[in-house]
Amino acid sequence: MPAVTETRETVEKLAKSSYEWGFETDIEMDIAPKGLNEETVRLISERKGEPQWMLDWRLKAFRAWLEMEEPTWAHIHHPPIDYQDAHYFAQPKKKPGPKSLDEVDPELLKTYAKLGIPLHEQALLAGVEGAEEARLPVAVDAVFDSVSVATTFRKTLAEAGVIFCPISEAIREHPELVRKYLGTVVPVSDNFFGALNSAVFTDGSFVYIPEGVRCPMELSTYFRINARNTGQFERTLIIAEDRATVSYLEGCTAPQRDENQLHAAVVELIAMEDASIKYSTVQNWYPGDDEGRGGIYNFVTKRGICRGARSKISWTQVETGSAITWKYPSCVLAGEGSVGEFYSVAVTNNHQQADTGTKMIHLAPNTRSTIIAKTISAGQSDSTYRGLVRMQPKARNARNFTQCDSLLIGDQCGAHTVPYIESRNMTARVEHEATTSKISEDQLFYCRSRGLSEEDAVGLIVNGFCREVLKELPMEFAVEAQKLLQISLEGSVG
Amino acid sequence: MSDFLKIQGLQARIDADGTPKDILKGLDLEIPKGEVHAIMGPNGSGKSTLSYVLAGRDDYEVTGGSATFKGQDLLALEPEERAALGLFLAFQSPVELPGVNNANFLRTAVNAVRRARGEAELDAVAFLKAVRAETKHLSMSDDMLKRAVNVGFSGGEKKRNEVLQMRLLQPSFAILDETDSGLDIDALRIVAEGVNSLRSPDFSALVITHHQRLLDYIVPDRVHVMAHGRIIHSGGPEIAKTLEKQGYTQFLEAAA
Ligand SMILES: Nc1ncnc2c1ncn2[C@@H]1O[C@H](COP(=O)(O)OP(=O)(O)OP(=O)(O)O)[C@@H](O)[C@H]1O
Ligand SMILES: [Mg+2]
Repeated sequence: MPAVTETRETVEKLAKSSYEWGFETDIEMDIAPKGLNEETVRLISERKGEPQWMLDWRLKAFRAWLEMEEPTWAHIHHPPIDYQDAHYFAQPKKKPGPKSLDEVDPELLKTYAKLGIPLHEQALLAGVEGAEEARLPVAVDAVFDSVSVATTFRKTLAEAGVIFCPISEAIREHPELVRKYLGTVVPVSDNFFGALNSAVFTDGSFVYIPEGVRCPMELSTYFRINARNTGQFERTLIIAEDRATVSYLEGCTAPQRDENQLHAAVVELIAMEDASIKYSTVQNWYPGDDEGRGGIYNFVTKRGICRGARSKISWTQVETGSAITWKYPSCVLAGEGSVGEFYSVAVTNNHQQADTGTKMIHLAPNTRSTIIAKTISAGQSDSTYRGLVRMQPKARNARNFTQCDSLLIGDQCGAHTVPYIESRNMTARVEHEATTSKISEDQLFYCRSRGLSEEDAVGLIVNGFCREVLKELPMEFAVEAQKLLQISLEGSVG
Repeated sequence: MSDFLKIQGLQARIDADGTPKDILKGLDLEIPKGEVHAIMGPNGSGKSTLSYVLAGRDDYEVTGGSATFKGQDLLALEPEERAALGLFLAFQSPVELPGVNNANFLRTAVNAVRRARGEAELDAVAFLKAVRAETKHLSMSDDMLKRAVNVGFSGGEKKRNEVLQMRLLQPSFAILDETDSGLDIDALRIVAEGVNSLRSPDFSALVITHHQRLLDYIVPDRVHVMAHGRIIHSGGPEIAKTLEKQGYTQFLEAAA
């Protein structure tokens, strides 16, 4: 079929276009020597000015990690990771936490611009006061490498009683909250990468929404890996008290580089009675070059617990980056009638590998969960959806609906769906639907006959395929996500 | 002016499960600027193939002959370049695009074509105004703009959606491949009016149909009879009436 061949050639040509957002920022760094041992953990804790209890917590995690083995069950392959061959701490030499724009390194602002951070958010960074007057509904806590160097809108949030700050700051200023909740959803010895994170995490966000408060704005964090050989270990903790509501956005891009970089974040969400947490991610870590060299290894533990009755946790993610993605945002539905949701788009191209999915653990009666997972594979990439739905004995009348759709582009990529269903309650119901499809020549020709380029046609069709997920993203994020899909497809699809 | 659309000795084949199958076997056709021509012909004679080859579908291999449009070698252009040049094909079987919002699709298409033609793109407001005017014309509900392209559309709705696209893309040459099939009588009149109101010295069309009735509404300048991959007879609108009464036999015999 000449049409198919030609399409593939176009794709291959397009795939050569290099990573659009691959660049590095020249900011002076304070870097710890390579290697991981108790001294490293102590150094991190000391540089962060942490109290003893935090150091003890880290050391406990580190000792647990030493006893653990890297998991091998995921459908991914990579050379062994040398944990001693990485830096575990790096921060810009400038003093952290500037009060005004003058204190923000201009290089950093340029980076934000290159990253395509939405204009209104750049405005926030560019002039806190003006932006505040405009009452723009987004707060940005920008994490630059390991240290937050810009935090905005703190005042407005403070008035509402919301705490939104770097977790290192929370450890110092709200120790009672951090001690109470940290590690309660993902215990230090939960899994290999989680334990590693607990031992050496350097920063991340802390969010606390008090009882009855609807967070007045979307909370947004931009992550970015910037120092060579620096493992990134972000730690995020979000707590929504009774009837509290919050929407949190996390997005990232990374500069191009040669060596594999380990990224092992942990996110913990806690929703009390009638509380609701919406956590949205657009992930675009550097995926490696056309041959798969040099991309980010992304091993993430994200878990939320619906502790209170009728609480709700919703994960939405658009994953286009990383050489390897290992990620299963999960919900533990412990409160009666609580709701868990997982909406995901995972795009893999070239030699990318993704093993991602979710776990919905139904502990209580009348709990409900929805899983919509869209997988797009192109090039020689490999993508696996791995999902667990577990109905525990007390999960009377619990419901799950799962839909997994795969879209294949070309014939050298793979997509796998691995659903695990465990039901220990007769009244619980689990529904699972799965489809696999290809972009048809009919669809491409139809679009092109209307004047669309092949790239635009593919972008449109893929965005259509992902619509059910994209519509779950907050408005400003959805636009970015569509752009990102298009970009990752430019180097991928046909 | 006679060099508007000129097809000479066109031959095309398709790969049918490994064996090449010749479909167009030396087809000649000329459509001058400003004229509307009709093609009628038995099922399988190659009418849709002709429209696909003209629009640039690459499953078909052109093995001989030529086609020029506005003096350009049509067959050397990509489908989107042909669209930009002013060619439009209303599909016999419009394709479904799951999840792709119809309004968004239309706007993307309109702006792609406008960009290629060196015209200013339409912003959301201007586009919506343009599209609303057209849907009203075609008695389409706004609901169809919000739905995914052609997904779950009835046969008639799909055809109207094709005409809507045609009107928005403002082609100088439109091929309508059985746009009348599946339309109720009112819809037929509406669609015909949608074509007729475009008629001007700068607009040509090729109307492929099995039904003489459509040609009562869209009165063609010429009618061509197609069989076995060629035009075997051409004449005025009266041919359609003859065909309606007597079928293709006499033309087929005369051509044999
Ligand atoms: N992909 C294909 N594989 C095999 N044969 C094909 C293919 N496409 C078209 N054909 C054949 O080519 C011939 C012409 O088809 P075409 O669709 O052009 O006819 P048509 O004149 O439009 O017919 P109708 O009036 O039924 O629409 C038919 O015999 C058809 O079966
Ligand atoms: Mg046909």
